[in-house]
Amino acid sequence: MKKLADIKGIKKWVALLLTYAVVQLLVSLNIINDYIMATLTTICINIILAVSLNLITGFTGQFSLGHAGFMSIGAYTCAIIIMRYPSPVSFITGLFLGAIFAALLGFIVGLPTLRLRGDYLAIATLGMAEIIRIVFLNLDITNGAAGLFIEVQYTNWLWLFIFTTGTVILITNFINSSHGRACISIREDEIAAEAMGINTTKYKVIAFIIGAFCAGIAGALYASYFYFIKPDLFGFLKSIDILVIVVLGGLGSISGSILAAFLLALISSLLQSFPEIRMVIYAVLLIVIMLFRPQGIMGSKELSLSAFKSLGGIFERRNGGER
Amino acid sequence: MLEISNLNVHFGVIHALKGVSLKVEEGEIVTLIGANGAGKTTTLRTISGLKKPTSGTILFNGNDITSTLPQDRVRMGISLAPEGRRIFSSLTVLENLELGAYLRRDKAEIKKDIDMVYERFPILKARRKQAAGTLSGGEQQMLAIGRALMSRPKLLCLDEPSMGLAPLLVQEIFDIIQDINQKGTTILLVEQNANMALQIANRAYVMETGTITLSGPGAELMRSEEIKKAYLGG
Repeated sequence: MKKLADIKGIKKWVALLLTYAVVQLLVSLNIINDYIMATLTTICINIILAVSLNLITGFTGQFSLGHAGFMSIGAYTCAIIIMRYPSPVSFITGLFLGAIFAALLGFIVGLPTLRLRGDYLAIATLGMAEIIRIVFLNLDITNGAAGLFIEVQYTNWLWLFIFTTGTVILITNFINSSHGRACISIREDEIAAEAMGINTTKYKVIAFIIGAFCAGIAGALYASYFYFIKPDLFGFLKSIDILVIVVLGGLGSISGSILAAFLLALISSLLQSFPEIRMVIYAVLLIVIMLFRPQGIMGSKELSLSAFKSLGGIFERRNGGER
Repeated sequence: MLEISNLNVHFGVIHALKGVSLKVEEGEIVTLIGANGAGKTTTLRTISGLKKPTSGTILFNGNDITSTLPQDRVRMGISLAPEGRRIFSSLTVLENLELGAYLRRDKAEIKKDIDMVYERFPILKARRKQAAGTLSGGEQQMLAIGRALMSRPKLLCLDEPSMGLAPLLVQEIFDIIQDINQKGTTILLVEQNANMALQIANRAYVMETGTITLSGPGAELMRSEEIKKAYLGG
């Protein structure tokens, strides 16, 4: 049994490394041009944001509308650091510092607000993100509404790949641990979870901290790829964009979030050729998807190889029947 | 084993429990009966720590547990099967039982207890990989009781286990409660089905709008005219 698991694990790592190598090759051969790379970056950042929000909203059941606020902390921290000391080392330092600041804020905000439930919590987190935005709007170091121009670009495919897979692996492992089970039980029934002896406040705050940390990373990656950040980029609409990915992919499905991040990027880039009605079609598509799959693309299930195998099994049985 | 004295609980301005005192001795089945809104569920929630009292004390095996956290009370051996079952519906039956043993770290013993629950409720074994939300009402109640047993409680608090069940199933659940008690677990049972509850209880308390109005041995209360009129339909 253990050997089998090892082989499966090795296969996974090989597949991951292969994905990295292939894209890296295409980048160096210039087959992936700047435009495609920008889309790919957006997808990776959205995956980090969506998967981490999914931990808070989809798995732990805490409705948060402040994810863009955490993202902006990471973005500004990293931007300010790399503008002063432009070097790859300070990029990584800034990225982790930004993530830690975001996590710290998640802890400070989470402790009092996570006592609130449902829509009350949503409004509290929304308020938090607005406060962060207004603080950045009025500080000198952030250059107010004009925003910051970052002249150097450190985010490349290597870092995107490392942090995206890192986030997904971190959150998947957390969900599958006994801590993750405790989080899920809070979503299912908070009173019952408490009666089982689960410290519900602790786990809600932990989910919030991990989610905020990852959002901080996403913000840092954003700041050092797209050259320019301003407070308005991290407003209410950005939080909604992230929530849309999570709901579309399925609350409580990590592979759903990843799939939805790809799908939405694909749709919006295909719609580039119809600029006038782009947002209308986008919105209509969202409505249609929600009408036909209200639980999201994946529901709360995960995409796995065994799912493909069981599909294969059905085909085999059918073929067997014909014979 | 459990001794509550002069317990007062408020929900905002509403005075839900007004000086409730009651006692549960080791090995007993004690039932708390009364109409809707009398404060029975609040009493159980305060005992298991989900609700903080404004005044009064709760003693468990001689220790004052009035201000301890719910998880500490579970560790000490108080377990609650909450009203309305409250199972984790999108998790499987097995995962529900594992969460019942959340505070325990002795894997081998947990496995034994899961088998013990399966033995008591064979239907749960048959459905162990099924999402708990797809079980019938009776099966869900069995799961809620099984889950509460997974923390190896000394005192098992059951909040309206007969709610919404067909009469035949109610009988089965009450048989199970008696059986759990005979195997050594003390039981505090909150019920609206006064008739059934009084039949199996050693002692009973009657609650009305936040106070205890009557108490005594179950059989005695069953014969009382007042009880007959108010709760037993005649």
